[in-house]
Amino acid sequence: MSEQTEDPVAQALAGIRICDFTGQLAGAGATKWLAAFGAEVIRIEDPTNQGGWDILRRVPPFVDDRRGPDFGGGFNNHNVGKRGITLNLRTERGKELLAGIVERSDVVTENFAAGVLERWGFGYERLKELRPDIIYVSNCGFGHTGPYVNFKTWGPIVQALCGLTFTSGLPDHEPAGWGFSYMDHTGGFYMAMAVLLALLHRKRTGEGQWVDMACCEAGLTLNGPALLDYTVNGRPVRRPGQPNGNRSEWPRMAPHGIYRASGDDEWVSIACRDDADWLGCVSVIDEDWARKQGWATLDGRIADQDALDEQLEAWCRSRDKFELQRTFQAAGVPAAAVQKPEERIERDPATAEFDLWPTVHHAKMGDVRVDGLPVRFSETPHTITRGAPCIGEHTEEVLTSVLGLSAGEVAALREEGVV
Amino acid sequence: MSALQGIRVVELAHERSALAGKLLGDMGADVVVVEPVGGSPTRTHEPFVNGVPDPERSLTWWHYNTSKRGIALDWTRPAGRDALLALIARADVLLEAEDPRVLAARGLDDAVLTHALPRLVHVSLTPFGPSGPRSGERATDLTILAGGGPAWNCGYDDHELPPIRGGGGHGYAIGCHYAALSALTALVHRELGGRGQRIDVSMHAAANVTTEMASYNWLIAKGTVKRQTGRHASEGPSMPSQQRCADGRYVNTGVPPRTPKEYENLLRWLRELGLESELPEAIFLEMGAQKADIDLSKIGSDDEITAIFGAGRAALTLIASRVGAQEFFLGAQRAGLPVGVIYSPEEAFEDEH
Repeated sequence: MSEQTEDPVAQALAGIRICDFTGQLAGAGATKWLAAFGAEVIRIEDPTNQGGWDILRRVPPFVDDRRGPDFGGGFNNHNVGKRGITLNLRTERGKELLAGIVERSDVVTENFAAGVLERWGFGYERLKELRPDIIYVSNCGFGHTGPYVNFKTWGPIVQALCGLTFTSGLPDHEPAGWGFSYMDHTGGFYMAMAVLLALLHRKRTGEGQWVDMACCEAGLTLNGPALLDYTVNGRPVRRPGQPNGNRSEWPRMAPHGIYRASGDDEWVSIACRDDADWLGCVSVIDEDWARKQGWATLDGRIADQDALDEQLEAWCRSRDKFELQRTFQAAGVPAAAVQKPEERIERDPATAEFDLWPTVHHAKMGDVRVDGLPVRFSETPHTITRGAPCIGEHTEEVLTSVLGLSAGEVAALREEGVV
Repeated sequence: MSALQGIRVVELAHERSALAGKLLGDMGADVVVVEPVGGSPTRTHEPFVNGVPDPERSLTWWHYNTSKRGIALDWTRPAGRDALLALIARADVLLEAEDPRVLAARGLDDAVLTHALPRLVHVSLTPFGPSGPRSGERATDLTILAGGGPAWNCGYDDHELPPIRGGGGHGYAIGCHYAALSALTALVHRELGGRGQRIDVSMHAAANVTTEMASYNWLIAKGTVKRQTGRHASEGPSMPSQQRCADGRYVNTGVPPRTPKEYENLLRWLRELGLESELPEAIFLEMGAQKADIDLSKIGSDDEITAIFGAGRAALTLIASRVGAQEFFLGAQRAGLPVGVIYSPEEAFEDEH
């Protein structure tokens, strides 16, 4: 370990080295967490296409007019705290160097399409030869077995195939879907959990293992009780009146929705959990329509939910969303403005409270704010200070410190196109 | 042998933390879920087996409480509190989602938990963290997703329609994923020689950093993304990627081709279906098959690259409109193109994979 002294605070995962091939968010998100808690994450990238496999290296947003593999804003966001090296794995020398890094690593991570690492000569059997207790975590759409093993996915494709796109929508409309790669975030969560679980297992048994993760299967488990309602009760979600994401079928709540507030595209969410919450709503609204006899009970409100929603929205739409949030909360009713990015990032005291948008220093972009982590550890707080690596930024540093090469040898490798 | 065999977790039953406990239990931990004597309120949540309400028939309770053992205990009274503390003293992890200050008010503060029990990992999952100006606010899955950012991304091109909450309890799920990750990280630290600790997870903060581009587009470029039907929210409108197929079901046509091989495969499929003559942009597919990989950063500024990229999307949209959703999914994937059929949960469950 070379950078133990970087932070004097205890780091939860200090001493864990990860040979990291991940990219995009589904993989990079996993090793971002591990790096923030002190694991030494070494990203391996291809010098011949300037790390082009990870498309986020080159796509917006950008901090300024500069373009190229070191200026993708999303790449920086997902790869803070990692080191980056280049290895040309089409060369024998490149493969030798990778073998040396694997021998000295605890974990190998990747989220290529199934079988890519194997074709490069670094399948699990080879990794195990290099280090018998190696932990190998792969993450792809359908895992490394089954009828769809050769199919490719991205976050939105995973979401479509596992049911999550379908259940985000309104009745009698096409699916709205998620509007972002929710399953890239979530795939990263499960991938990081897999690494940690395998580390715990290895610590106790001395055994490594291959965790073959399938992102579509991870998504399938996140449909809530809908699958049990199907398997036990025989009731499908594809039925008239469904899905309606903004209502709450389980548990039953009404009113429960996202209602238009005053202003351009401004909305507020209100969730009335029970009859006591409804009394709170009535006290806030303070108009005769809300005191309708039948609406005092949940059954009555559910039975008349369309009319109730219509009345509530008509009342909300002349009022400010934050004022609605404040007054309903004061009456004990869960309510939250639908916040735009600027509002929750720049003006929400609850995100500031968690120091949620730390500034990192990137070698070329300079100081940039990124997504932080929504957790506070009392003994081993996470650290996010260093930006994502530029292409090959740490090649010399890693090859000299981890493999013991000299600076001259690294320069020669560069001449030969190996790094 | 399961990864967490021998790890004991005490979980105070709560709808907000149940998934985190389930994940630890499913991975082999001995999770003891502590309910009030009358049973957890989650047991009253629909759906019920055959629609018959009963504390033992709630499928919501079943779903979120697999791989756990259960006890009932009134820890709001001194004797129950002492019994709970004895249980916690023999556990590796305490997982709870009580409102801020509730545990401390019952004598279960940091002094008797992580200070007195140096090996204990205490994970506290709250809507807004244990303190701070919003820590007293009420929250549900809906309000977490609305206030925390995800809902702003989700909905339709028509902004007369509201932002949409994805169904399935994801506001809670996001918080639980971070809670489970936190517990595992702290357990690894303990195995490496460290002590236990207290960990606070804010569900609101968790949702805020689970919005992909919505947050970092603002952080980096002060840009505000806007929701669009069935595709990523973005600053300006992007080409639709959701298509209604000939059988009335929908598909996601994915990221258009970027490599010569993908253009070649797409063109071949278009010809097999006899649709090439219906696509004026087909010429650009041929150009794509002959060029090097598309440089995505040049879309919009380089006319040729923009046309080639757009032709890939147009070809997929045309094919999708002419065949059934399943045929489109299988055909495109066999041509090496990442597309997906939009399954309902039960259809995803029944699929052969």
